[in-house]
Amino acid sequence: MNTSLKEAQQEIVDEFAMLGDWQDRYEHLIELGKELPLIAPELKTDENLVRGCQSRVWLTAEDRGEAIHFTADSDAMITKGLVALLVRVLNDRTPEEIMGTPLTFIDAIGLREHLSPNRSNGLVAMLDQMKRYALVYSSK
Amino acid sequence: MTNSISAVKPAFDVEEIRAQFPILKELVHGKPLVYFDNAATSQKPRRVIKAESAYYAKINANVHRGVHTLSTLATDAQEAAREIIRAHINAKHVHEVIFTAGTTASMNLAANSLGQLLLKPGDEVLISGMEHHANIVPWQLVCERYGATLKVIPITDTGELDIAAAEQMIDSSADRLKILSLTHVSNTLGTINPVKQLIADAKKRGIVTVLDGAQAVPHMAVDVQDLGCDLYAFSGHKMYAPTGIGVLYGREELLEQMPPWQGGGEMIDQVTFEKTTFAKLPFKFEAGTPHIAGIIGLGEAFRWMQDYDLEAMAAHEHALQEHATKELLAIEGLRIIGTAKEKVGVISFVIDGVHHYDLGTLLDQQGIAVRTGHHCTQPLMDHFGISGTTRASFAPFNTTAEVDAMVAATKKAVKMLR
Repeated sequence: MNTSLKEAQQEIVDEFAMLGDWQDRYEHLIELGKELPLIAPELKTDENLVRGCQSRVWLTAEDRGEAIHFTADSDAMITKGLVALLVRVLNDRTPEEIMGTPLTFIDAIGLREHLSPNRSNGLVAMLDQMKRYALVYSSK
Repeated sequence: MTNSISAVKPAFDVEEIRAQFPILKELVHGKPLVYFDNAATSQKPRRVIKAESAYYAKINANVHRGVHTLSTLATDAQEAAREIIRAHINAKHVHEVIFTAGTTASMNLAANSLGQLLLKPGDEVLISGMEHHANIVPWQLVCERYGATLKVIPITDTGELDIAAAEQMIDSSADRLKILSLTHVSNTLGTINPVKQLIADAKKRGIVTVLDGAQAVPHMAVDVQDLGCDLYAFSGHKMYAPTGIGVLYGREELLEQMPPWQGGGEMIDQVTFEKTTFAKLPFKFEAGTPHIAGIIGLGEAFRWMQDYDLEAMAAHEHALQEHATKELLAIEGLRIIGTAKEKVGVISFVIDGVHHYDLGTLLDQQGIAVRTGHHCTQPLMDHFGISGTTRASFAPFNTTAEVDAMVAATKKAVKMLR
């Protein structure tokens, strides 16, 4: 692994710091969502659905020896952009790293409101689910 | 207290109204707030905020039980509010006005008490396909408890009740159908339902009629005697009053027969461990210390509404709705959900390729508050084959310029998302 989880978060913070107003930030987020590799259609099952009230998120995890590989998708573009960021920082990392590193980048790039329980966009549930996978794989 | 709705009112002046809502001066993301989420909860005029805090600052005491001065003042203020509400909805008696925590609490009271009074295995309760979950779930629960069946009046593609089907369901139900519970105005679609006609049909067959008036009372004159319904529920917070307070109106003869739902203080006459006798109306249905401050705020909100010509307010909201409809339809791929002839100032829409969560988020960034999602009407969403809508709902303090701002912001959001 080239960068630590902490460094990966800092990269995102730096990336967003170069953007100007809300419109630039959200346009970037929407682009990130568009670039997110799609989850295979056959994996968009109810089993992999992290239910949100407003938007839906699908998440799969694969145990690749030391690290966990995530794929994810959402039906809403902004949620998908945030999903892409979460996958980017947490993907292919060890369970210990996933569970042991606090996620600070979302606050730092001014998108914390999307992790508010009020949003019910599935992101909080997705993050919980990612950590649960890490916990399960770490105890294997 | 007289009903002052018919008195001469000053001409409708939106700027004069705006000046009374302190929250409208707030900025959201650095932009002036455009508040189009009134169907979820309306903003409050300064008078209501003041009335509620004045209760706490000057006369706070528990009602009905004290011999001291403050208790008398608090009781007087609470009961004065009840009379204002009675007059406003034209109930025959002041004790027909029961205070609850809101429409949901009113519907739960209605369902639980009527269920116990009326339902037995094989009976039916009739609702419609456009109901808020508050007028679905309480009936489902009691139907399950008593072995009754919940039936649903279908709705049309324009978001109106299928009246022919409704009449057929009422007429062919023999005496199995015990309760008809309908929304007066749809929260998601804005449709004003022709409830008076259906109530008259139901009454002929001895069916008890219940209306969910949460979206009606803020936007039109409601006369419960003219409607002819047995029960009528509404919330304070959607009609410029505080949260946590609502009303269940009930026709005296029916309320007398209905068993109490919640037990406790305030609702009793005599209590022994063997048997309790209940207080007379309305207290039989008001267990525990009421939300006194909320009741006083609700009374003040009705006083505030009565200072205006309700028809002029409704006409203003209707004009905003028509303007918004016309302007929004110019956006490619936009479809209005709910195109009934009779509508209040609510507009729900979907846009091809645009998720409502994204649109709501990008409108919020531009200072515009709308509601997105299923609006607590999931069966209605299923009917239209959609997962949710974006909904703008108007109040008298909204302006045409705000509608234009929303339309421009929507166009900008769509451009970003496509």
